[in-house]
Amino acid sequence: MIASLLAFTAPSIDFHAFAPEIVVVGVLVLVLIVDLVTDEGSAWAPSIASLGLLAALIPIITLATTEHEVSMFGGAYMVDNFSLVLKALFVVTTYLVVLLSMNYIGEGDYWEGEYYQLLIAALLGMMIMASARDLITMFIALELLSIPAYMLAAWKKSALKGNEAGIKYYLMGVFASAVMLYGMSMIYGITGSTLLTEIAEAVGRPETSTPIITLSIVFVLVGFAFKVSAVPFHSWAPDTYEGAPTPVTTFLAVASKTAGFVALMTLVFVGFRTRADVFQPMMWALAVVTMFVGNLIALRQTNVVRMLAYSGVAQAGYMLAPFAVYGYDSVTSMALSSIVAYLLVYMVMNVGAFAVVIALARKTGSAELSAFSGMREFAPGLTFAMTIFLFSLAGIPPLGGWFAKFAIFQVLVSSESPWGYSLAVIVGVNSVIALFYYARVAKAMWMEPVLDGDLTPVKVPVSQVTVLIVTAVATVAIGVYPSMVTRFSSSTCLIADPVECPADTAAP
Amino acid sequence: MDPQLTTDLLQVQDVGSFFGTPLTYLIFVPVVGALIMMLIPKGSETAHKVVALATSLVTLGIGVYLLQQFDYDRSADLQFGVNLPWIESINSRYILGLDGISLPLLLLTLFVVPLCIIYSWNHFPEPKDPKAFLILILILETGMVGSFVALDLILFFVFFEVVLLPMYFLIGVWGGEQRQYAAIKFFLYTLFGSALMIIAFLALYFLSDMVTMPDGSMMHTFDMKLLPIAASSITLGTAIWIFGGMFVGFGIKVPMFPFHTWLPDAHTQAPTVGSVILAAVLLKLGTYGFVRIALPILPTAAAKWAPVIGVLAVIGIIYGALCCLAQTDMKRLIAFSSVAHMGFVMLAIASMTDFGLNAAIFGMVAHGLITGMLFFVMGSAKERYHTLEIKRISGMLVQAPRLGWIFGFCVMASLGLPGLAGFWGEFPAILSAYDAGQMTIAGVDISFGLNITLFRTLMVIAAIGTVFAAGYLLWLFQRTAFGTPTAEFADDPHITDVSPTEWLAWTPFLVLIVVFGVAPGLMFNVIDPAVTRSIQEMHAITLLGGS
Repeated sequence: MIASLLAFTAPSIDFHAFAPEIVVVGVLVLVLIVDLVTDEGSAWAPSIASLGLLAALIPIITLATTEHEVSMFGGAYMVDNFSLVLKALFVVTTYLVVLLSMNYIGEGDYWEGEYYQLLIAALLGMMIMASARDLITMFIALELLSIPAYMLAAWKKSALKGNEAGIKYYLMGVFASAVMLYGMSMIYGITGSTLLTEIAEAVGRPETSTPIITLSIVFVLVGFAFKVSAVPFHSWAPDTYEGAPTPVTTFLAVASKTAGFVALMTLVFVGFRTRADVFQPMMWALAVVTMFVGNLIALRQTNVVRMLAYSGVAQAGYMLAPFAVYGYDSVTSMALSSIVAYLLVYMVMNVGAFAVVIALARKTGSAELSAFSGMREFAPGLTFAMTIFLFSLAGIPPLGGWFAKFAIFQVLVSSESPWGYSLAVIVGVNSVIALFYYARVAKAMWMEPVLDGDLTPVKVPVSQVTVLIVTAVATVAIGVYPSMVTRFSSSTCLIADPVECPADTAAP
Repeated sequence: MDPQLTTDLLQVQDVGSFFGTPLTYLIFVPVVGALIMMLIPKGSETAHKVVALATSLVTLGIGVYLLQQFDYDRSADLQFGVNLPWIESINSRYILGLDGISLPLLLLTLFVVPLCIIYSWNHFPEPKDPKAFLILILILETGMVGSFVALDLILFFVFFEVVLLPMYFLIGVWGGEQRQYAAIKFFLYTLFGSALMIIAFLALYFLSDMVTMPDGSMMHTFDMKLLPIAASSITLGTAIWIFGGMFVGFGIKVPMFPFHTWLPDAHTQAPTVGSVILAAVLLKLGTYGFVRIALPILPTAAAKWAPVIGVLAVIGIIYGALCCLAQTDMKRLIAFSSVAHMGFVMLAIASMTDFGLNAAIFGMVAHGLITGMLFFVMGSAKERYHTLEIKRISGMLVQAPRLGWIFGFCVMASLGLPGLAGFWGEFPAILSAYDAGQMTIAGVDISFGLNITLFRTLMVIAAIGTVFAAGYLLWLFQRTAFGTPTAEFADDPHITDVSPTEWLAWTPFLVLIVVFGVAPGLMFNVIDPAVTRSIQEMHAITLLGGS
């Protein structure tokens, strides 16, 4: 017995490749300890968290510049350009959310220390998701990011809507997880492996039974369709977004959704890539329904957070579109890089839009559309920033969103197939519908009188001003010089295949 | 004409440097001005006005420098060129250049903006806020200038869209009663066209031949100068669809019948300066798109579309004129007259002759000057009368004689009186339809195989349209300027004559309308070599069997 334990050899771990996760765990522990041992520990939590997150970026950058690709735990854990770009995205998003939370959580009489601990724990789950290339690792990553998120969603525990937000998110999430686990178990049953590369080989064999493969692939993808709030698995999003503290909403709408897309990308582009016949029609239908339902319901919203929730649903629809044409010879890795590019731009503009909502709520205490009326007169800076974010979300050049949408169009048209062309036209039609509700907020801000004639300016704390400036400048800069984004997005590639990943695009 | 139109020419070369061409400064000086204004507090209105005016004057100064440096013997060639990587992953490049087609339109833009700022100096429309208003005008200028000098489809598309947001806000915030409706209608119409246009551009990109990059690799291209050859391998059936996408995108902007319905609302509701810029420059982006992009890249498909464009253009002429006759609001009447005038420009473009394209470019500039000026007069009249209802206004010549005569002068110019600029846009446009698609250039007979009978019929109908134009414009002038002032305004002290700032803003317009009317050669000499070359290249593509 003892001999067998001694015979255990530890897997070789590349600590450099693991450094970002280790730093994040360190920060988590530090926040926990400081909160425990000091009286005013909570006051330190946001500073420690924000500095720690910046520190976590350092190993990510050193890894990216040394360009080594590391595969650990028998291929279950990969550190490559794809995972690094997305880890950086997760860390930066969480950093911005921490900045947004500082005053919100501090002033709101909520538990402060635990809030940041949970936020960082969820971040850890997302970072693991970016590297996971194995069903079990993916599941662990998903639960690690979801369970803190359920608690964060219910952070306003004394408010009825806060409870609704948490419980709805939790029940729907657990249900989706269960369906996904069932799908995973079937996949394991068919293929005998949990490694995505081996699954790809096994499901591609002609003798595998298509109905069972279809069922299991659909089940697994459904689990993540819930995370990215694709229709018909979106119904939690608006209520949860509205009831959760707005910084948490930002986190769910951006980071959590990105994590869902990361999982979808690794699953589809690695695990199920040999079964385009199965996922293509599913993704096509999912994309079309998600776009239309998201946009049409967004048209009727009178609360800006709910509107952004539905707009996020529609945006997820645009991002699902490239999956539907992956599998055509002419598309290849372009599909992946277009989604990564979209996620990068989406993060910047969505965090910015929520930051404006948070800043404005300090004065009006409301995210109703009417609270935005006449903002031009009492908060010209916020109005200007919100205008940038809204029209970027709508995809109007020269704001970042145009390039994100353009990248999607590019992939769809490049498929040179009726499926791709039809989806491109549908994305085009939806962009016009979407403009209408984004412009409605702009109209309220610019063209309508102030509701109660209250012209006192909005006091925005420095941390939020930082977020607003960073995101607004980034949104414009990406739009004017999209190479800032394509540098990263086109370096990502999931399959080590010379056709899919030409050598010249592999390096950032 | 280079007879070697082979794929060997599909070479991309880096040319020039970012700051090495004056065109870069033209685009970015207004942005810098806008950024400076953002840093100045809202209260210091004079500072904002001075910065905005100075910025636009510096930009105009660069324009004058270009006018002086431009090599007129080579006006068919692209000058001040730059060609650098911009978005490498899709091979979209920062390509700028200026030739005889873009020079007149560029200068029109540079010239209109400072005059608009001068005009606004003392009368900003409600709700004032000169800071936001002038920042938007400067961003608008960047978009307009960029559109006229960009030679890459995606770069062009971005500038084309940059124009949208400032105009949306100018109409929506500073406009008339129905401003919000007009603003969103303008935005949605244009965005719909843009979506189809970008899909058409992408289809061009993926279906055309690849080009050789400086490092030897092969990529698709968005370069407007390479695409005519690269796209010649696209099948005609597909090319007709792609042209259709561009047709809708540009046609909405022109606007062509039946996509014109946003225009009367936008024009009527926009603040004066917004209307002027809209009429003088924004509409031209659409027609310029046809001349610069749609026709040269897909000439055979264009020849197939030409009858459709021609018929819609003439419907626009007649329909616009009939609508004018029915209007009760002066500004709305002028707006509908734009539909008719742009119909002449489109007819000239549809004729696919060097003569027609000359007329089209001249017509764009002339319409910009004349209709822009008419909207200025409308704005000033609105300020004095607080209404533009035709039946409430009478005897303008008695109460404000100078304003009345300027109005009369513009009316004459607009109806195409010989000796004023309008004539040289309208008259050759009608004539060009006589031999549509057929001409002899440098001893070579060129034919695009257009239906001559159809175009001659269109010519006759268009000529009747000029009679209508004279009718509705003179009738408008007669009703509002002649006679005695109505009782309502007879003793109104607000009805004053032209003010000094108005003189300052208007005189250049009036002078140019006369100058180009008397000496049209000033502009035709610049345009002609460029459009002739363009026609020759289109012909060469069709000879090769390209689409």
